[in-house]
Amino acid sequence: MRREIPLIITAIVGFTYIIQFFVPHWPFNILEGLLTSWMLIIFAFAIWLGALNLLKVSLDKISKRSRDWPYAIITIAGFLMIAIPGFLFSGGRRFQDPGTAFDYIYQNVYSPLSSTMFAMLAFYVASASYRAFRARTKEATLLLLAAFFVMLGRVPIGDVLSSFLPEGFRMSQMADWIMNYPQTAGQRAIMIGIALGIVSTSLRLILGIERSHLGGE
Amino acid sequence: MFDKLLKIDRRIIFIFVALALIVPMFLTITQHISVSPEVQIIYDTLKGLQPGSKVLMAFDYDPPSAPELQPMAVAILKYCFKNNLKVYIIGLWPQGPMQANMAIDNVISDPTFKDNPPIYDKDYVNLGFMSGNELVIQGMGSSFLHTFPRDYLGKPTHQLEMMKGVNNFSNIDFIVNLSAGYPGTVEWVLFAVDRFHAKLAAGNTAVQAPQVYPYVHAGQLSGLAGGLKGAAELEKLVGFYGKGTKFMLSQSFAHMIVIVFIIVGNAAYFITRKK
Amino acid sequence: MGIARDSSIIRFAPVLSFLILAIFQIIPSQAAIPEDPAFGYPAPPANVVAKDIPNDAGKSIIINWDLSPDDIKENKKFIGYEILRSTSSDTGFVIIGSATAGSSQLSDNETVDGVFYYYIVRAVMGSMFSESPPAGPAASSQQWFHLGRINTLIALLVISISIVWYIERAKKGEKLFIRKIAGLEAVDEAVGRATEMGKKIFYVPGTQDMDNVQTIAGVTILGRVARLTAQYETPLEVPVSRSLVMVTAREVVKEAYLNSGRPDAYSDSMVYYLTDDQFGYAAGIEGLFVREKPATVFYMGAFYAESLILAETGNSVGAIQIAGTAMPAQLPFFIAACDYTLIGEELFAASAYLSKEPKLLGSLKGQDFGKLCILLAIMLGVIIQTSGLYDFTKLFIVR
Repeated sequence: MRREIPLIITAIVGFTYIIQFFVPHWPFNILEGLLTSWMLIIFAFAIWLGALNLLKVSLDKISKRSRDWPYAIITIAGFLMIAIPGFLFSGGRRFQDPGTAFDYIYQNVYSPLSSTMFAMLAFYVASASYRAFRARTKEATLLLLAAFFVMLGRVPIGDVLSSFLPEGFRMSQMADWIMNYPQTAGQRAIMIGIALGIVSTSLRLILGIERSHLGGE
Repeated sequence: MFDKLLKIDRRIIFIFVALALIVPMFLTITQHISVSPEVQIIYDTLKGLQPGSKVLMAFDYDPPSAPELQPMAVAILKYCFKNNLKVYIIGLWPQGPMQANMAIDNVISDPTFKDNPPIYDKDYVNLGFMSGNELVIQGMGSSFLHTFPRDYLGKPTHQLEMMKGVNNFSNIDFIVNLSAGYPGTVEWVLFAVDRFHAKLAAGNTAVQAPQVYPYVHAGQLSGLAGGLKGAAELEKLVGFYGKGTKFMLSQSFAHMIVIVFIIVGNAAYFITRKK
Repeated sequence: MGIARDSSIIRFAPVLSFLILAIFQIIPSQAAIPEDPAFGYPAPPANVVAKDIPNDAGKSIIINWDLSPDDIKENKKFIGYEILRSTSSDTGFVIIGSATAGSSQLSDNETVDGVFYYYIVRAVMGSMFSESPPAGPAASSQQWFHLGRINTLIALLVISISIVWYIERAKKGEKLFIRKIAGLEAVDEAVGRATEMGKKIFYVPGTQDMDNVQTIAGVTILGRVARLTAQYETPLEVPVSRSLVMVTAREVVKEAYLNSGRPDAYSDSMVYYLTDDQFGYAAGIEGLFVREKPATVFYMGAFYAESLILAETGNSVGAIQIAGTAMPAQLPFFIAACDYTLIGEELFAASAYLSKEPKLLGSLKGQDFGKLCILLAIMLGVIIQTSGLYDFTKLFIVR
């Protein structure tokens, strides 16, 4: 029964979602919203599960003096630094309002840290491009050329460098052409494949053929 | 030597990229920004709206992607307020409405709006964040008031002057979605455009933009601005120059550095291969 | 014909008001009022039609009209339209909504099903307005089937039936061919490498929750990888960014170790939660990679901008990396930084590929049939659309 019940729930919910797409009549029209509300409630409770697990794993590391245990102290300190002001000193439900302690941490700690992580992409793109864009084969050479045109065409300097070329062949126009045609065609093919993959996987899940995510074959 | 060049420490590349990004911030070189057809469509659609038309702006991003999307938001808001378009702000990301408020503050600080700053519930409303991802869009298809019972400030939405006569997407003339991922442009296309036939344009991060190009061709998107370049193009068209244009020089230099490294890497590769 | 809206009329009240109202109640569009010297009266909107919105759950009526001839872009005085509703064709009209200039449609979403309504559309210009004759009656109703989605239903049935049909054929023992997928062929080698080096394997199941099919695919592949790590006795770590993924992944890994006869080697600490925050999660994993220097890293699931941050760090510590995602925007990053990448649908095929289970392989064959149908439709569409015989795209509009 441990596996059957989740399979039955999956099947019922899956078919309900499909039916409500085609039947606008009550009560089917409210089912999607209802099931989604349930899902959001489950997700909200699940946050506690994650937070408590994080604390447990980190405290275990500290108590056992496992490898790199000082990092666990930083994790717990960071967690409490946000959770305590957020819950206790930020005006209850209006904790996101400007001027609260939570807002202060959000603006001055969280935002810069997140932005820094995202900004690291610029550096990683450079090192990854340096390694990956080598004209080893014909295909790789095409990829390299496309990257060359798009990278230059996406910044004003590209047009400056190609100003001697006739209209329609300038860097920005070439970049637009690559993005609009070969790139879009490739994206479409991948998206169609993905959509079919999702349909097939969903069907396997709803019909109970795929069950390894439930811990079984 | 060339072998070493092939295995160059990536931190050396990082230093060059950092220099390429930082040095241009102190330079004053004017660049000509060419406008791509996808961004031109956004501007043409905005220009086609009559004063009093309702523009819904969905802020579906957070601080990390703000450097690319915030300049777009500011440029579009400035155009809307200057041309008396009514702006309705929502966010499918929790941090979205906060970003919107920062963009409005930016507009207010612009000398152009010194005598005529945008007024809440006259020129714009911020309906805040609502959880539920694409289902929020679906809910808005039937009723804005039910989906957003209160605005960002906690005031019941039905009491807002600007919400009078605004029931669903059929009362909105144009939607602009600024998105950094999920939920974002794809969901707006699937629900607001495909199901409720709304007119939608999008501003995306440069990474995300290629994924939504197919929707521009299919006519499901009325324009697309991608990355900082898209922001700079929008700024040029609306005539309010901001951070998009300012940081374009850094972007130019960074792209050049990456290209130089790729050329050097390929040269080293061919020389070592011949050996 | 029109009615002034501003204070000028108030001067004539209350004497006139009774008369005006009386006339207005009887013939709404024929009221005679002193003309505002500033503007003329706008021409009323024509051809007002009110009808039930089809294919919905009722409670809505849509009102369409032709624009007033005064509703032109150059006419800055033209404000827009007001829509009035009543259950009677001649009295009791109240404003229920407005539309800006240039709009020719409004949906009334607050109707009672089965009740007949009449609508008047008022064109407003400056302080003056004029009204259309009442349109209707129209009543809203709910429908049992969404006719605008027949095409989706047909597509769904064709693809689903073909998938089920091929699964049945596979169950009966028919041999099915599946092409080699390099990334999945390399799974054994990647696990073996970590075993030889005596280092850890990290498995990252994406940053989305269990409601995402990609995460489910990622967790499914985790089960196969965990079997191998159990057999080879290689240490496995699964840092996750969603607590529900943590619970599911623990169950899957535990079961894999149990099935491989190594339940003692499993512990809950192999699968742990870091944070829901995208970049917090990326930073956490980067730290783990730099400290632990894993020999092998798997990225299987839905990823966003963190993809390259993770993959470049993995690359810098010399790990062999196998990625799989159906996020088109992240594929280039994984391809540039990883040794093998499962592109889009290959991620969903991985479970079938690794298990070689006939039922799962059958579903792949059905999926291929779906792809064939789409290819044919594209080719047919190109021919028909180019020849101009018929607007083929019409068949694919989903309402």
